[in-house]
Amino acid sequence: MELLFDERIDGEIADVDPAALAAAIHAVAPDLVLLDRVEDLRPFECDGLSAYRVLPMMVAMPTTLAEIESLMRVCFEHQVPVVTRGAGTGLSGGALPLEKGVLLVMSRFNRILELDADARIARVQPGVRNLAISEAAAAYGLYYAPDPSSQIACSIGGNVAENAGGVHCLKYGLTVHNVIGVEIVTIEGERMTLGGETLDTPGFDLLALFTGSEGMLGVITEVTVKLLPKPEVARVLMAAFDDVERAGRAVGDIIAAGIIPGGLEMMDNLAIRAAEDFVHAGYPVEAEAILLCELDGVEADVRADGERVRGLLEQAGAISIALARDDAERALFWAGRKAAFPAVGRMSPDYYCMDGTIPRRELPRVLKRINDLAEHYGLRVANVFHAGDGNLHPLILFDANHPDELETAEALGGEILTLCVEAGGTITGEHGVGREKLNQMCTQFNSDELTLFHSVKHAFDERRLLNPGKNVPTLARCAEHGAMHVHQGKLAHPELPRF
Amino acid sequence: MAHLQDRRPAFTEPTEPGPTKDDGQDDSAALIDTVTQAGRERTPLRIVGGDTKAFLGRRVDATKTLDLNRHAGIVHYDPVELIATARAGTRLAHLEQVLGESQQRLAFEPPHFGGGATVGGMVAAGLSGPRRPWAGSVRDFVLGVRVITAEGKHLRFGGEVMKNVAGYDLSRLMVGAQGTLGVMTEVSFKVLPAPVANAWLRLSLSFEDARQRLIEWSRLPLPITGAAFEAGTLHLRLEGGEGSVESTRRQIGGDAESADFWNDLREHQLPFFHHDDPRPLWRLSLPARARLPALDGDWLIDWGGVQPWLRSDESPTHIQEATAAIGGHATRYTPSDDNVSPHPPLTAVLDKYHRRLKARLDPNGLFNPGRLYADW
Repeated sequence: MELLFDERIDGEIADVDPAALAAAIHAVAPDLVLLDRVEDLRPFECDGLSAYRVLPMMVAMPTTLAEIESLMRVCFEHQVPVVTRGAGTGLSGGALPLEKGVLLVMSRFNRILELDADARIARVQPGVRNLAISEAAAAYGLYYAPDPSSQIACSIGGNVAENAGGVHCLKYGLTVHNVIGVEIVTIEGERMTLGGETLDTPGFDLLALFTGSEGMLGVITEVTVKLLPKPEVARVLMAAFDDVERAGRAVGDIIAAGIIPGGLEMMDNLAIRAAEDFVHAGYPVEAEAILLCELDGVEADVRADGERVRGLLEQAGAISIALARDDAERALFWAGRKAAFPAVGRMSPDYYCMDGTIPRRELPRVLKRINDLAEHYGLRVANVFHAGDGNLHPLILFDANHPDELETAEALGGEILTLCVEAGGTITGEHGVGREKLNQMCTQFNSDELTLFHSVKHAFDERRLLNPGKNVPTLARCAEHGAMHVHQGKLAHPELPRF
Repeated sequence: MAHLQDRRPAFTEPTEPGPTKDDGQDDSAALIDTVTQAGRERTPLRIVGGDTKAFLGRRVDATKTLDLNRHAGIVHYDPVELIATARAGTRLAHLEQVLGESQQRLAFEPPHFGGGATVGGMVAAGLSGPRRPWAGSVRDFVLGVRVITAEGKHLRFGGEVMKNVAGYDLSRLMVGAQGTLGVMTEVSFKVLPAPVANAWLRLSLSFEDARQRLIEWSRLPLPITGAAFEAGTLHLRLEGGEGSVESTRRQIGGDAESADFWNDLREHQLPFFHHDDPRPLWRLSLPARARLPALDGDWLIDWGGVQPWLRSDESPTHIQEATAAIGGHATRYTPSDDNVSPHPPLTAVLDKYHRRLKARLDPNGLFNPGRLYADW
């Protein structure tokens, strides 16, 4: 369990007496709910990266802003680390607790404070579920664009902390493009507003800096998002290819033609067969790759673009092309893709989900190399790919009950992430670094770059109390683990679609 | 701590390089030397590109200038990837021309304010044009930067991929920081295809009617990418597919006008912006639901209502306070003689963290000291 916090290389944490800390907290926030019995802490011992579990020293479940401020002041004074947790669906261990830290659980901040359809904004508490925002906006013909696959469960505060993505990022952007303001409580217990209802604010773009900062710079207590009008129509084309490279080229052809699809997804043969076996979406199981291309917008434009895309797919050598006839078939085409992770999970006792991003042009080379590596390690890998934005999710199949297979899968995963960096990409496109990819950060960034990250952290949290040991490795860790050493975990919440 | 070896492959040399268009020179070695020397001597630097946006901040008190103009050229542009990387000194007009040859563009429509405008200066200033409410801002399209730090290190953050959540987002932090946190030497952008169809319309309306109609239209998926109001006329721009532009044009009505209005608005070439007007020019940024503040002067209202331009003789304090009172902020675009910051003051807590961030990233105040605010 080398993933667990190691004071020797991750930094020292002060020892405190839990009872004294609880007393200090209750002295300034008498009604703040604190949990410290083992059976109460158990539900919070892990997030979506469930292979790694730690019982926090204490769980705090505030219901008011004042309680959060008081909690932060006491923790700052006593030098106690604070790990903030939203819905706990994250895949990289970003909300993994510390045994010498407080776990700040934001789930009781779950109200939509305001939805202004004319201004097309919603002001919500961080514990509000992603999908709940779109559901509330639907009455006005509006929606919140980023749609991470866990959107029925994940909360908007966690989305901001991770800069969550989804399948529509190429056209509609990530969380950073759709959040216009956040309220923060600093580790020193101050309230701070970043961004707001205006399209820009004076000074540095701290809103962008805090988005994706994995709870390392402040605690998000409120989020203002922009809402978009729902597209008039959405249509999905499914094209099958007998060659992965040809499918990859077709993606480039569509984009080079000036068309920006709402979604553009690719699956390889193993993923196709797994998904078809699971949801019977009508996927061609003999195909080496399928592309799902969703076009959305105004009826006339979608029809015109649909015809052009069909022509481009034919030219690119698609062996079959199907246009979803109605919304039901469209939902079915997507169902296979959205169920790809659990579908792959049915083929194998365990799997690792990787999250690299590569320049699209590198796709054929990277997929070929992944196949070679998989063969070398004697494991199967299914690939699902956000083809529009280059975000690749290789799923490594293994059986943890076989001795050494976990380690083999980890080694293969590490090589895949190195491959993504070598191809000009990144170790994480949307799942975050968290605890999981800390060692790979040493591959992607050099010591000067990591040092600058630490300087930024220091400006907001000089005592290193906010989520220590996540997101940015210490140089000591890189010196020790610099040679790629990857641990991945099994996914919790297997019932959630993952992409 | 021993210096860790940089194990990464060269960033700009993919194993199978896509189209590359290097049409300038790499002057980074000289830039790093200058920064290193300035750091040793503790001499502040005034960082300049085309010097077209000097009005946007305080005059920098520095005897030495760091000139980015020689560090120019498009390092990498692949239309299929929708990504372009250019050195900071590249002329913005040149980048836009090269993108245009592939029917692509910078969707955020950055103003040049002069032929010398550079890519680095554009990103440092962080100004977006009339399309901003619909397409996004400069920072929304910045994917990666290379930066020379106060220690003279040439570092890379972000990259040439659209989804990247490794580490803090330092690329976007540089946008609008006006060079106060580091010297940007290279920027990677997401670029987008130019639309197939356009229409430019003018409608005679009162501002209140225009406001109401804009709210109604904003709730529908219409291809509007520009909405500006001046003196009883609403100017609208439509961009999209032929079908949607044509049907929206018919639905909205109005008279056709030329595309020049939008370019002149972006570049402040409309009569409203003429320099012979003695009244200072102010830019307001307002919440969508705010009304115009009660200030004397003339208005030209862009961004569908949320970016009003104001010509007014009212006192700067009054303009900034009246704007802040309705949840907005005001920036003075006409330089003042007393070198007061054109930007509105920060709240106490924001000021504290701005100072801390500046102190951590530029401890000796080398980079554009006092450019944004007098004290740092």
